[in-house]
Amino acid sequence: MMDSKTNTNNENMLTEGGKTSTPNLLWTLFVTFSHIGLFTIGGGYAMIPLIQRKVVDEKKWVSEEELIDLMAVAQSCPGIFAVNISIFIGYKLRKTSGAIISTLGTCLPSFLIILAIALFFQQYRENIYVERIFRGIRPAVVALIAAPVFKMAKTAKITKYTIWIPVMVALAIWLLGVSPIYVILLAGLGGFAYGRYVKD
Amino acid sequence: MLILYARLFWTFFQIGLFGFGGGYAMLSMIQGEVVNRYHWLTMGQFTDIVAISQSTPGPIGINSATYVGYISLINAGHEYYWGFLGSCIATFAVVLPSLILMILISKFLMKFKEHPAVEETLQGLRPAVVGLLAAAALLLMNSENFSSPSVCPWQFWISIGLFFFAFIAQKVYKMSPILILVLCGIAGLLLF
Repeated sequence: MMDSKTNTNNENMLTEGGKTSTPNLLWTLFVTFSHIGLFTIGGGYAMIPLIQRKVVDEKKWVSEEELIDLMAVAQSCPGIFAVNISIFIGYKLRKTSGAIISTLGTCLPSFLIILAIALFFQQYRENIYVERIFRGIRPAVVALIAAPVFKMAKTAKITKYTIWIPVMVALAIWLLGVSPIYVILLAGLGGFAYGRYVKD
Repeated sequence: MLILYARLFWTFFQIGLFGFGGGYAMLSMIQGEVVNRYHWLTMGQFTDIVAISQSTPGPIGINSATYVGYISLINAGHEYYWGFLGSCIATFAVVLPSLILMILISKFLMKFKEHPAVEETLQGLRPAVVGLLAAAALLLMNSENFSSPSVCPWQFWISIGLFFFAFIAQKVYKMSPILILVLCGIAGLLLF
């Protein structure tokens, strides 16, 4: 989040932001996050590959490294992971109005779909075609969550000395059912203590 | 009715404020408040929410707030437009705590991101987040998403095939995640 590369990214973002007028950028924010909200299937982490592509690679609103920091923050805050992430990115671009617009974008597709189901299609979940489509989508969602792991490991500058950290974290959560919040607290404290007392 | 709206708002505000640990943790909080405490929904209707949230796009927290907001007004004998207002209120209430907290945290992070204590903490967090993402993928590799060779070998092997297709399409060919999901949805419709 604070190395020189990210700083130049931020400056680029600001100059680009200077060229784009605020209503335009807010509209782009809204459209981008409604896309992301629409394709966040099966839990918040499903939005990560989409965020990487749309927000990091295409729009360059945040850097890959910032996204990792953001995931830690969003995971350790209460509320909906996907919403927390969109609030941060919206806020970074256009303060409070950006945060509100990106939240609206993330929520609106699911809000409308659920409302339509509640109003008109009470039988929706028994529909065999819907069930078939989702049987096809679910394995793909798992793959889309697995694929960015290696790219993120590179961005997080994982070396052979630190590889044990993500491995231990994954095993603790997967096999022992440890809550991610404790992992985040411990890792944050560990990083803080390491920087304070060991490194110097 | 005003009391019901006020209670809906307060309940979902609390769920948004204390809902740590993702959509499924939130669902159990919703069950406790909405089904067991206030009886706004029957247990069967709650099970519907879980099924619908899993088979519709969008965050589970938003899906369930919208659905509960609507159904609880209908169950209380009100017209559908009051149910619409109920779903607006519940959805707004569940994101409001995030909006307030995350704006404060974003402000703080942008101001102090150069501060050594913040930097050190984040440096400890980054490798852990990689592990979190890996755990999320591992946790989803279950029979609910892939079926199993003993229950339905056809669905299991097709699911494995779709998994590798999506993985390679994303990682090697950089195909858009949306296109991947659409293609796998079509494959599911045709093959299952």
